[in-house]
Amino acid sequence: MFALRYWSVMILIAAAALAFFVWRTTGTDGRFDFKLGLDLSGGTHLVYSADTGKLSSAQIADSLQTLREVIERRVNSFGVSEPLVQLEQGGALGQGTHRLIVELPGVTDVDEAVRLIGQTPLLEFKLIKEGASTTDAAGNLNPAAYVDTGLTGKYLSTAALQFGNGQAALAQPTVLVTFNSEGAKLFAKITGDNVGKPLAIFLDNQLVSAPTIQEKIDGGSAVISGNYSADEAKALVRNLNLGALPVPINLESTQTIGATLGDEALHAGLVAGIFGFVVLSLFMIFWYRLPGVVAVMALIIYSIMMLALFKLIPVVLTAAGMAGFILSIGLAVDANVLIAERLKEELAAGKKAEDAIREGFARAWLAIRDSNIAHIIAAVILFWFGTALIKGFALVFGLGVIVSMLSAITISRTFLLALGVNEQKPLSRFLLRSGLRK
Amino acid sequence: MNISKNIGYYFILPGLLSILAVIAIGLWGLKPGIDLAGGSLLEVKYPAGRPAIELVREKTSALGLGEVRVQPTGEEGYILRQRNLTVAEKESLEATLGMPQTAEEVQFTSIGPSIGQELMSKAWIAISLVVILTILFIAFAFRHASKPSSWKYGIVAIVTLLHDILIPTGLFALLGHMIGAEVDALFIVALLTILGISINDTIVVFDRIRENLRLNDEKRKHEEFSEVVDRSIRQTIARSINTSMTVIIVLLFLYFLGPESTANFALTLTVGMIAGTYSSIFLAAPLLVVWEKFSHK
Repeated sequence: MFALRYWSVMILIAAAALAFFVWRTTGTDGRFDFKLGLDLSGGTHLVYSADTGKLSSAQIADSLQTLREVIERRVNSFGVSEPLVQLEQGGALGQGTHRLIVELPGVTDVDEAVRLIGQTPLLEFKLIKEGASTTDAAGNLNPAAYVDTGLTGKYLSTAALQFGNGQAALAQPTVLVTFNSEGAKLFAKITGDNVGKPLAIFLDNQLVSAPTIQEKIDGGSAVISGNYSADEAKALVRNLNLGALPVPINLESTQTIGATLGDEALHAGLVAGIFGFVVLSLFMIFWYRLPGVVAVMALIIYSIMMLALFKLIPVVLTAAGMAGFILSIGLAVDANVLIAERLKEELAAGKKAEDAIREGFARAWLAIRDSNIAHIIAAVILFWFGTALIKGFALVFGLGVIVSMLSAITISRTFLLALGVNEQKPLSRFLLRSGLRK
Repeated sequence: MNISKNIGYYFILPGLLSILAVIAIGLWGLKPGIDLAGGSLLEVKYPAGRPAIELVREKTSALGLGEVRVQPTGEEGYILRQRNLTVAEKESLEATLGMPQTAEEVQFTSIGPSIGQELMSKAWIAISLVVILTILFIAFAFRHASKPSSWKYGIVAIVTLLHDILIPTGLFALLGHMIGAEVDALFIVALLTILGISINDTIVVFDRIRENLRLNDEKRKHEEFSEVVDRSIRQTIARSINTSMTVIIVLLFLYFLGPESTANFALTLTVGMIAGTYSSIFLAAPLLVVWEKFSHK
């Protein structure tokens, strides 16, 4: 009993400390303040134009789709959650320039955002035009001498770091790029048709190397060997693995934008959450009495833990994420309902209070475990497959399930046992029972 | 209750609602929103100071153009995203915004969907995976249940789950027809969530059936399977309703008091939860009984 009461007090103190942390860091705009998504707080709006001039009309849609996915992956990789990446086409009839809109929530440093997106490599393989000089009179690169092969970063599957065979000091790091099946076919065709000619590899419009094709290459991989240091090669591999651009893009404009939903949505979400919480608590206390009070305590601790996690991870809160959190409050109380109902049955069977509590938890555990595992399966799959918006929701939902399982089983049980209710007293019996009848 | 005598009546409610949902979806279909279908983007500038955003939202939503998303940009402009507009619709939108007197157009372009083809195919994969893994998991979790075979629990749970997402989808088709509700990213999230949580009540009932079967075995007592199911439903009905109640309470608050943008989300989830609650009693349990009876004939 002493140990239980000791732990109960410790849990309360820890919860109070967490609550203090949540309260003090809110509204400070510091590292631990809540991060709000694009719909609630606004951010940066970037417009890029895509240069599709070299593509046949059949390739355009496909390449633009790849472009959108590459940029979304890149933006996600630098920790901005729930960005909006959208293709647009100018002109009311959809005949104009193809553009890409990127909106980054909470990002106020536009230059930094532009720089990070700008690191997306543009990888191109080109052939040299017959008879053309590859350098102009001043020794500079003559772009007109190079002909597109159609093989670009669009067909890139993975990139890996390789070291040459020489002595350690001489070993030159190179980058092995592997194409997807479509790219491999194209590469085999290009190399097969042009044996003996140089194939120029361009990265971000800079000539990296132009090795001569020795034979047709079927394996679907190529080696890029520039004069890289190990660090440069590593950075290139990382950048290529996040995706290479299928078409060149140019930054057209940057703007800071306001929230699509704004303060009133945030406020409405808060009001809904608080009212939902209060009514839920009243329902639990009136219906389940003492176990209900304990459940509400556990629920408060659950909410504090979730809010602290939002700040620590950090989780970017959008309207969907907030809805997920409000939903999880309803779910978190589920386990407590199951436990309280079981407890009532065990008491009705004539067990002592402490035994009934232990037995009630043990019996309810199977159903709680099974349904929570089903939830976690769903949350993991949503997180794995979803893009930005769904990921945010799945993260909040999955965290909620795990934290609520902890709070329902451990915290409620410790509190209930620590209270040391004696089933002999009529008041205690009343408090432990639930429902409308005594 | 008495499931053994009245089993035919059990299927009336889920059966009827499923048929209505299928009719609604078949008749009116689902309206894709700008998240899925793309649309147009209009950027306007008010050199003499822009009007309040609430006013712009109110005025534009009254035009009957479906959802118009208004977003402030810079110091004096707004970006509006909506479905593709006809020339007449664009003119009426421009007039509403005060063009050409106080506002000027910065750009008008067509935009692609923010949920690409990629996400849609991923959503289908995700749904299929949830379904398959849930069958596997329930079959595993109920492997010790003495009868019927644990695969039946898994498959019945999935039939129930499909019913639970069919009902809100049907409602959405009806809403789309009546008030022009559009399918957006949140609707997909809502359906996926129902997939995740409506299985709760089914598991609670199944868990009781499993336990009662085990107790019967221990006591060497013979009881018809339909009676075990009947008894299990009676023992769990209070908690089934209460666990769903707790979720529905918060969802109703989200619907009535929450942001407008999540209202349809909350409604879809509420309907899915209600469907999930009655379907575990009126669909999952009797299906198990019918299947068990059938395989013994």
